[in-house]
This record gives sequence, structure tokens and C-alpha cells, in this order.
Amino acid sequence: MTRNARPGGEKPSHPPASSPRGSLAQWSVGPVLIVARHALQEALRRRVLLVVLVLTAIFGGLYAWGCYELFQDLSGFRGDASGLDARSLAGATIVGLAMFGGLFLGTVLATFLTAGAVRGDAERGLLQPLVVRPLTRTQYLLGRFLAAAAVSAAYVLVVYFGAVLVTGWIGDFWPAHPFASGLRLAGGAVLIAALSLLGSVFLSATANGILMLMAYGMGLLAGLLGAIGDAIPSPTLQHIASTASWVLPFEALYRDALRLLVQDVPGVAGAIVQLGPLGGSHDAGPLLVPWAVLYLVIVLAGAAWAFRTRDL
Amino acid sequence: MTALAIAGLRKRYGGHEALRGVDLEVGEGELVGLLGPNGAGKSTLTKIACGLVSPSEGTVEVAHPFGYLAELFRFPGWCTADEVLLLHQQLAKSSGGASERGELLELVRLETEAGTRVEAMSKGMQQRLGLAQAMIGSPQLLLLDEPTSALDPGGRRTVRDLLEELRRRGVAVLLNTHLLSEVEQVCDRVVIIDHGEVVAAGTPAELEGGTGVEVELASGLQTFPGATRDDVPRIVADLVAAGEQVYGVRVVRSSLEDVYLETVTDAR
Repeated sequence: MTRNARPGGEKPSHPPASSPRGSLAQWSVGPVLIVARHALQEALRRRVLLVVLVLTAIFGGLYAWGCYELFQDLSGFRGDASGLDARSLAGATIVGLAMFGGLFLGTVLATFLTAGAVRGDAERGLLQPLVVRPLTRTQYLLGRFLAAAAVSAAYVLVVYFGAVLVTGWIGDFWPAHPFASGLRLAGGAVLIAALSLLGSVFLSATANGILMLMAYGMGLLAGLLGAIGDAIPSPTLQHIASTASWVLPFEALYRDALRLLVQDVPGVAGAIVQLGPLGGSHDAGPLLVPWAVLYLVIVLAGAAWAFRTRDL
Repeated sequence: MTALAIAGLRKRYGGHEALRGVDLEVGEGELVGLLGPNGAGKSTLTKIACGLVSPSEGTVEVAHPFGYLAELFRFPGWCTADEVLLLHQQLAKSSGGASERGELLELVRLETEAGTRVEAMSKGMQQRLGLAQAMIGSPQLLLLDEPTSALDPGGRRTVRDLLEELRRRGVAVLLNTHLLSEVEQVCDRVVIIDHGEVVAAGTPAELEGGTGVEVELASGLQTFPGATRDDVPRIVADLVAAGEQVYGVRVVRSSLEDVYLETVTDAR
């Protein structure tokens, strides 16, 4: 017999009889992995991943074709008086575009996998049978996060490294720090999955999906404003971009990934590619990665707390 | 031993009080029917018992493991019946394996549908699958919120048989339903709740116990509330002595439905 409900108490799924509130000692990753596997199975069986893979293969084919044509056009270019390195300019630009496309599609994927995780599933009656089982609501949430973060981060990395390899193979352009750059992009997708999960506690799936895509767009816009602010220069625009970077660090991670992509491109080409195809590169400083990790923890903790206190 | 003990339970949603100090117990192996009109607080009470909703005041003690069937629930359409039960076995840490899944599907008469996807099932089949899911892990207590709402008469019969089987196994059940006949047939005790309060409780026989005698006279029908069959000779003799002409006598006994309607109406 277990006392399991008191006013204002934790309102998660029921813990085992010996522990009314689910003590830390009894907290295990088993249920997290079960929920994550179930979410991944759903993505597979609903053919979400199949559709994504087919579309990505088409994207990859078109990218390779575009890359081939681009570097074919450059083959007769001998350079000009300013010492423009056209190959680096073209390579960095096209990989930068692939990074933007990959992160955007990763954002869509992360959002679709998490937008209805709590309120949406509760409204449809999918959540209730699961959370009365002996797993805490935090475990349920972490399971959903794990699945969405793994899928979206893996997707972003596949697109990014695919683009890097295709560009290197066709155009002989290799980024200076491909792994650090890729990890930042993947980190951006993981943050978006966490934010979407937080939103899912409060909003319906549709409202949350719209919010996440708007937040992504706002971050991108702030990055563009920052690039303009750097070029003019305008302290106000720089301040807006800097603030957005801290509030929405996935955008800062994207711009930092661009920085790592182009920072070794010399001369005029370097100056041009630093402006970027879609948002300029930006060095957010050494605190960016620690802040992104802390931000992730804060967002997940906030989602867990909000979920625990929510009536279903 | 009690499988479910609720004391002084209150739940407020803003200014609205859904539950106003409910006390309720379900003994080990006991089958208790929870009756009440829509909005009486039955589902809120069940949700608090299984941890989906937190109480504003009061305490709830629940035997573990327990099973729960929500009033409005859904399983993922892409899952087969067997996969739904497997997932719940894993979450409930049940070691029953395939034999438990097979037995439960047989119990709810879905043994031939183990490989059928949920999206291909009728509502009634999904409801029966929900019952099987609630019984995963050999629960000591089942909290069933409107388990027959989507069932045809055959499906309801299956549920009644299932409840009898649960009684044989010593599983306690709190059955939240609108179907009075179901409660009359299978429940050990009945609790009627209205406007968030318990307004009547007892065994079906106790609640139905109200009797009376109706006598048809020249002047019309006269009722003697509380009178029983044994009182009929005296009543008739008294009436005849008083000069009345008796055309007919009937002993009446109130049904659970009468009690329910009277109690709930009185409570309003």
C-alpha cells in the first residue's frame, strides 16, 4: 500500500510501492530507453524517416549536381588582381548553404517529433495510459527528448558531412574544422528538440510547431541583422544579434559553425564568405558551448517541472 | 486491507470545486461501482487515484501495482495489439511475457487479433484492448473509467464476464459507469456521487431496499411507503374496516435506478 497523492505533491506516474515519490536511488534509465525506442519505432513505422531519407537523397543528388556545375564553371577562372580565391569562396558558400538547409530540415524534424509530445498526446488520449505506469513523468519526457534529439542531430550530421564530402570530392574544398562545425550544428538541432518539448507541455501540437518555426526564423533574422551590424558597423544591430544569441543559442551555434567553416579562408574570399550566404559567421566566444549545455539543462528541467505539476 | 483509500478528497479548478471532501474505500478483491451524472466528479476522482490529477486537499492510498483504463484513451494506430501490450509490459516491468499477453487477449476475446494494428480495429475492439492493457502486470486494483462506453451488448457481456473473473482472482475494481444494470449485476458496493459529494453508498441490496405497498381503491391509488409483503393483510383489513373498497394490492420495491434518480435529484 502506498500513499501516492497529496495536495501539491508530485503528480507523475506512479513510482513503485516502496517509494511514493520515486526516489533518486530508484531512478533508472530503463523506462527512458523504452519510451525513446517507442518514439523511434513510431517515426519508422509511420514512414517519417523513410520520407526524410528519400527527400534527403534527392537533396543530396541536386547538391552534388550543383556542386559539379559550380566547380566546372570555376575551372577556367585564373584569379584576379585582388587575389580572390574563387575555389574557397565557392566551396565555403555552398557548404554554408548546405549547413543552413541541414539545420532547417533538422529543425523541422525535431519539431515534428516533439511538438505534440505532452499536451497534444494528452488531448488525443495517448499519454494517459503510459504515464500511469511506474515511470516518472521526467523519465517519459527524457525518453521523448532522447529520440527526437538523436534523430534530428544524426540527420543534421548526415546532411552536413555528406555536403562536406561531396564538396571536397568534386571541388577539392575542405573546411578547416569540419568536426567542430558539425557538432555545433547538431547541438543546434538538439536545443530545438528540447525547446519544442518544453513548448509541448503548454501548447497544442499545431501552436507549438508554429512557435518553434517562428523562433527559428527569428533567430535567423537576428543573425542576419548581426551580420549587417558587423559590416556597417551598427552597435544596435550587434546588440540585437548578441541578445538573440544568448536567448536562442541554437542560432549562435549555427553562426559559430559558419565561423569554423570559413575562418581559414584567406584574403578577399575570406572577407566575403564571413558575411555568409544566410547569416554571417560570428565568434560568440568561449562561453557559447558551456552556455548551450547549461541552456539545454535549464530547458529540460523547466519542461520536467512544468509537466510534473500539470493535470492530465 | 483496502486496495484504495480516499479521505477528505477535494479538487478545485479555479473557482469550481469538482470534489468536495470525498471519502471512499475499496477493499481487497471488492468490486465497487461509482455512479453519478455527468460532471459529478467521478472521472476527476479516478484520475486523482491514478496520479493523473493532483488533489487540492485530502489523501489517496492506492495498492500497487494497479491498472487504469481512461474514459478517453487511444493507442498508437501503427501498433499491433500485441505490441501495445508488450510496451505496457515493459513499462510495468511485468515478467509475464508472451503467455500473459496471449491470456489477456483471450480474456477480452481478441486472441485472433494479436497481429492486428490498432488503426484497423473497431472502437469496441480498442476498448477491449484497453481493458487487457489495464490488466498487465497482475494488478491488485483496477480503476476503470467508463469501460463499456464504446461496446455493443456482446462487448458489455464480455466486460461483465471479465469483472466476474477479476472477482474470482481477488482483484479490487473501482468501476466508473453510467450503466446501472451493470452495477446491479456485478458490484459488491455502490457509491453515488453528485456535485463532488458522496450522496449514497451501500450494497445494491441496501440501496434498493426501499419498499412499499400500493393499494388500488375506488378513490384512486394509495401508497404505504416502507410497508412490506407482511403488512398487506393488516393494511387491507384496516382499509376494509374503514369502508374502502379494495380493487388491487401490489408490493413495490425500488430499483437502483429509482434510488439513483431520487438521490441525485434530491442532491441538486
